[in-house]
Amino acid sequence: MKIILNGEARDVAQANLAVALEELGYSTAKIATALNGNFVPASARASTSISDGDLLEVVAPMQGG
Amino acid sequence: MASFYGTELTSPLMLGTALYPSPAIMAEAFKASGAGVATVSLRRESGADRAGQDFWSLVSDFGVPVLPNTAGCHTVKEAVTTAQMAREVFGTPWIKLEVIGHTDTLQPDVFGLVEAAKILTEDGFEVFPYTTEDLIVAERLLHAGCKVLMPWGAPIGSGLGLNNLHGLRTMRAQFPDVPMVIDAGIGLPSHAAQAMEMGFDAVLLNTAVAKAGDPVAMARAFGLAVEAGQAAYDADPMEPRDMASPSTPLIGKAFLE
Repeated sequence: MKIILNGEARDVAQANLAVALEELGYSTAKIATALNGNFVPASARASTSISDGDLLEVVAPMQGG
Repeated sequence: MASFYGTELTSPLMLGTALYPSPAIMAEAFKASGAGVATVSLRRESGADRAGQDFWSLVSDFGVPVLPNTAGCHTVKEAVTTAQMAREVFGTPWIKLEVIGHTDTLQPDVFGLVEAAKILTEDGFEVFPYTTEDLIVAERLLHAGCKVLMPWGAPIGSGLGLNNLHGLRTMRAQFPDVPMVIDAGIGLPSHAAQAMEMGFDAVLLNTAVAKAGDPVAMARAFGLAVEAGQAAYDADPMEPRDMASPSTPLIGKAFLE
């Protein structure tokens, strides 16, 4: 299926968010996720499904003022 | 020194982590400044390069509390969702809440700010709201559950210093028991010292250090400035007066006419 990851179209095979994040290269990374504009806590990723056309945001620590 | 949500800082300097020439210079600047808090943010992470992971490992080594921000958020929903993500990533209930209302001045949208502060406080966050010197907004923020206020000195990144001394002085006097941080607009160590001399509890800055020709030397200068300003406030400064008053005693002066 095709999702929009951080603003770019990506093909993902896995429909489970936790597994899809591993597929996308985020395993063990310190990240937070939002699906279609709503925060998905780490504890809820394994029970969250993603669908074709979903908007997934994955963020990590960055410089800030 | 004031405590912020129960945490006493080792220094009243809160220093940002953005805009430095390199990560190594940022780390050196932190060490030279003795800053008590590091401000951080969240941005999109690529699964391929994972840039955020290296940054986090660098900042963790500073050994000071981190204050994540919601920089760049223009709506309540965006700011609240960003705060939720920040709490998970950084493992802290602290959030520097920014709801930006105006693109050119980065002036806070104080209506959205109060609304977001209420939502986040009810959700267990410890909110540091980036606000103006408006007293009524400050009251609403306190009513929403904020236990810290962060009025701006001048627009973010402008380096103009404390633009409204009267407003800031009034705010300090109006809420004497609320820990207050001057956030944004500080360009020189003298601005930071001035804020501390006025009785503010901390200053938060980033660009003034990161964009200096020598960020490490400037970081040290800011560390000294907040220490001097704090010491001066604690020493109870004299009241200014309009007319001169001789400091050398006139009694005993020789008669030489």
